[in-house]
Amino acid sequence: MRRLREAWQGFKVGTWLGWQIESNWTEPFLFAIYSVIKPVAGVLILVFMYLVVAQGGLQNPLFPQVFLGTTFYLYVVNVLSGISWTVTDDREHYGMLKYAYMAPMHFYGYLLGRGMAKTLVATISVLITLAFGIVFLRVQLSFRNPGLLLVGLPLGLAALAFYGILLAGVSLLIARHGWMVGDVVAGGLYLLCGTAFPLSLLPSPFRALGLGLPPTYWLEALRRALLGQGLHPELSALSDAQLLLILTGATVLGIALSVGIFRAAERVAARRGLLDMQTMY
Amino acid sequence: MSWRTFWRTVVGRAYPRFIGVWREKSWVVFDVFFPLLQVSAYVYIYRAIGAPPEFAGFAVLGGAMIAYWMNVLWSMASQLYWEKESGNLQLYLIAPTSRMAILLGMAVGGLTATTVRAAGVILVGALLFRIPLQVSHGALFFGVFLLTLVALYGLGMLLSSVFLLWGREAWHLSNLFMEPVYLFSGFYFPVRALGFWVALAASVIPITLGLDALRQLLYPRLMEQFRFLPVETELGILAGLAVLFIFLAHRGLRFFEDLARREGRLTLRGQ
Repeated sequence: MRRLREAWQGFKVGTWLGWQIESNWTEPFLFAIYSVIKPVAGVLILVFMYLVVAQGGLQNPLFPQVFLGTTFYLYVVNVLSGISWTVTDDREHYGMLKYAYMAPMHFYGYLLGRGMAKTLVATISVLITLAFGIVFLRVQLSFRNPGLLLVGLPLGLAALAFYGILLAGVSLLIARHGWMVGDVVAGGLYLLCGTAFPLSLLPSPFRALGLGLPPTYWLEALRRALLGQGLHPELSALSDAQLLLILTGATVLGIALSVGIFRAAERVAARRGLLDMQTMY
Repeated sequence: MSWRTFWRTVVGRAYPRFIGVWREKSWVVFDVFFPLLQVSAYVYIYRAIGAPPEFAGFAVLGGAMIAYWMNVLWSMASQLYWEKESGNLQLYLIAPTSRMAILLGMAVGGLTATTVRAAGVILVGALLFRIPLQVSHGALFFGVFLLTLVALYGLGMLLSSVFLLWGREAWHLSNLFMEPVYLFSGFYFPVRALGFWVALAASVIPITLGLDALRQLLYPRLMEQFRFLPVETELGILAGLAVLFIFLAHRGLRFFEDLARREGRLTLRGQ
């Protein structure tokens, strides 16, 4: 019971602190502009690539699938990469990781809280980008399967958060590459999960790798829920229920792996004196 | 201050950047591999919509030039903010040398180190995706490339002096100047698609014109329908921007240092 209370305390503090770090560096108005410009610019790059080359421009049947994949990928960058960055940020930048460990709270809960703050920021970006797509790019969302969205979205977010903590554990042990671990993984997922193009275009070893990664199924479930159809022919044989089952399995696996690996990493980091490491990189 | 001191400062500040590339060799692998992930994704997007193979070349060239933009943002513009955080800025300010020499050293070192990464991205990208790369006018191509970098690092020196005033917002502003600049400078598609006036406004970032000119020299036939301005005009504007930015950086550094000194922003203060 005490551990649960400490975990909840850590979660609350992590969420509050994460939100402050993300948002209080400027005025709310500027923060709002910042939240709009970055994600919309990312989507507009794809828009212009389609306008320049694709037959039918934005009416190309691939575009809504690509738009949706890219929009929800914002969660992958923010949550997965963001949580692992927390370790580097707290330890190297603010020099406060050791104090977080000394505080009467559960550090794992604290990291989950930081992930929650990242999720909130990403949600703002996703909603803005979706609205932009619907209003200006005429992307038509059919909401064919709201149940799939309601179950699939939080499941995927939870999986991202736990895998993010797993990466945070890895970051605890790394001196010179910790800051790029999350970004490299997120960049790899953009490519391997077929976020913006059909998986069938990838060489077969990479396609097989992509089919083993949870975000592939998560993004496909969201496409089916919001557009009525998926992007990858390889997954067309799976029913919606099977997709959810795979996502549930991936989330459970994510929890188990992240708890196990993070605890082991914490032990090693404490033994080697890495919790207050300053590499100045 | 003598030219000898100026020159020694430039070399002294450039040295750690150049040596740093080779000190941690695995970084070279990461620095090439990481941008390639993004570049590969864009190549596959172009393939998915049936674009001619030259467009894959656009993506690879854009990905290589991103290395320079990232270097300008994070290791030029934000550099004095990092120095402030690590306590080096005060040492710079009391050193009996020119601040311009320090900035120039940062630029020279950063440019040299980044060229290793950019060349790696182009080489691996071209081999991996079998991208046609045939330069029609070698000397002109090299000239455009060099002038783009001089103008770009001139802009970096200017931004560096502006960023002197900022605390934590410097990090977020650098972050903000990523995707929007990739969009407006046409890193992954011909900038002309944005329309003449938007492309003209975006030309304040030298990579916009540099990329357009390099693409024209690499893919002259395809770029006939996508070119923004003739190469010679772009070369002239780039030369003008290079002179302007270096001049503004010189004036700006003095102005912003003075302002930051008076407002007490040269040291960390709860930011």
